[in-house]
Amino acid sequence: MTTMGSQTHRRFWIVFLTVVTALALVPLGLPEFWRKFLTEILIWGLLAMSSDILIGYTGMVSFGHSAFFGLGLYGAAAALLVMRSPNLWIALAVGLAAAALVAVFVAYFATRLRDIYFAISTFVFSQIFYVIIFTWTDVTGGENGLYFTQPPFTIPGIWSGRFSTVSLHWFVLAVVALSYLALRRITQSPFGMVLQSIRENEPRTRAIGYHVERYKIVAVLLSGLFAGLSGTLYAIQHRFAAPDFVFFTVSGEVVIFNVMGGMGTLVGPVVGAAFFLLLREGLSRFWAEYYLIPLGIAFILMVIFMPQGLLGFWKRRLNQ
Amino acid sequence: MFEQILVQTVNGLVNGMVLALVASGLTLIFGIMDVVNFAHGDLVMLGAFTGAVTVAQTGNFWLGLLVASLVIAAFGALLQIVTLRPLIGRDSLTTIIATFGISLVLQKYALWQFGPTAQNIPQPIPGRFELFYLQYPWYRLGAAVMAGAIIGALYLFLKYGKYGIWIRATTQDRIMAGAMGIPVPWVHTGVFAIGAAMAAASGVLFAPLAAVTQTMGAEFTLRAFSVVVVGGMGNLGGSILAALFISLLEAYASLVVSPSQAVIVSFVVLILTLLFRPTGLFVPTPIVPTAK
Repeated sequence: MTTMGSQTHRRFWIVFLTVVTALALVPLGLPEFWRKFLTEILIWGLLAMSSDILIGYTGMVSFGHSAFFGLGLYGAAAALLVMRSPNLWIALAVGLAAAALVAVFVAYFATRLRDIYFAISTFVFSQIFYVIIFTWTDVTGGENGLYFTQPPFTIPGIWSGRFSTVSLHWFVLAVVALSYLALRRITQSPFGMVLQSIRENEPRTRAIGYHVERYKIVAVLLSGLFAGLSGTLYAIQHRFAAPDFVFFTVSGEVVIFNVMGGMGTLVGPVVGAAFFLLLREGLSRFWAEYYLIPLGIAFILMVIFMPQGLLGFWKRRLNQ
Repeated sequence: MFEQILVQTVNGLVNGMVLALVASGLTLIFGIMDVVNFAHGDLVMLGAFTGAVTVAQTGNFWLGLLVASLVIAAFGALLQIVTLRPLIGRDSLTTIIATFGISLVLQKYALWQFGPTAQNIPQPIPGRFELFYLQYPWYRLGAAVMAGAIIGALYLFLKYGKYGIWIRATTQDRIMAGAMGIPVPWVHTGVFAIGAAMAAASGVLFAPLAAVTQTMGAEFTLRAFSVVVVGGMGNLGGSILAALFISLLEAYASLVVSPSQAVIVSFVVLILTLLFRPTGLFVPTPIVPTAK
């Protein structure tokens, strides 16, 4: 048993390090556009991964992840606009704090509800924040959004300089990879096991003596924090915040990433995000904004015929 | 001030009736099929466009209302057979996800088919009457009455019609209804078609009051969701009361803040409802959910 365990353990690290190394090296050989595109996939992948804690592990479908993402984005934007000399880490911290604040709010109210009621309430919460951001023009810039400058890439005592597309990619990759390890650790911990048991059978989990609501609140908080983190990364890459990112279509896309890639696998949603964004990139060249018609149809077909997502589908094919 | 409040009361009631028509279709679909129809607002939008095209061709508003309802009903039936029937027996969360996909496709289809410019339906009842300082159009009252009549017809159909009784039987006990010879899958299709027709009708009724755009669906979906949750999921009477309640509140709120911010009032009502009466404001006794 122990040898088996350490073997899969070693295999995981080998695969993980290979993939991360590949992701770190690939952009060196890519043109500028695709380099940025890869960074963006990682950022959306982190957002998708964060929602997987709720959708895949706890069985709570969140239709409001745009709120966490958006507040991370606007929080970082605020920090970068207010500070005289923009600092990367303070921007990250402020973005995370903003997302955490929203997450506390949503977690407190929404976790009292289950299933579709949870989904609807998260949806409504994200719309509340959308309306506030959209109409509070003095602070948020309203429809026009906010533009700000990119902070310099500083690691205190080691390195200081401007972001290039490659160093930005490495920075995002490092954050996403560490987040993945943290999330993986969380989902495999006793805490994560309780979340999965809530997904499988909530009344029984309660009967065993777990305080289900408390676990759900922490799950939403964690999910919101990581979603906020992806929002701050987006702010740093694009130097731009707009209310569109708080609109529920973003939340919907996050659910699509999860369904396409495979819920409850952490890696699946990242694969889903990559698949979706690549398809969008490819299709929108021919169909402009109508790309959502074929993409949406593909999505519906996957919901019906491939509910385990791409990753689950591959796994099943490999096992045959 | 008093006059303003009275005008807003009329406005709230008119908007509330149209919203009630949207929400009753949504709640009917949920009550019978356990389907949370994310694409409901987009059916409203498609109905409004179909109506606008028909009215532009024939010049007859009532024909437009009829054609839009029938076309969208048929479309809804097709949609249900193709996408939702394979999902029967799966988690109701799956249906949210699937109908979200449908919503995306319908929105872009409308953009492709009808173009990005807003369309309009002229008001079929031209007159106005004096309401204090306003020239209030008769049509607004007409739309509210029409919406009320359609909801009333639905109620009578469910109460006394043969197929209405089938529908109610399926709501109460799907398996038993099947055992008694009721074709349950077709009842589902029929209910989805009825819900779609009601959405389309409200879209056409609403169209003369505002512009028809391909993005109008999302707002309807959101508002109808709020109404349905506040009124109690699957509860027809509750939905109508909740629609009026929320619309009145929004109308009064828009005296103080801008209309786009007044939406927040209905969100707050929704949150308070979820907190204190998660089964809905207008349900007499909260039913304990049974374990599946």
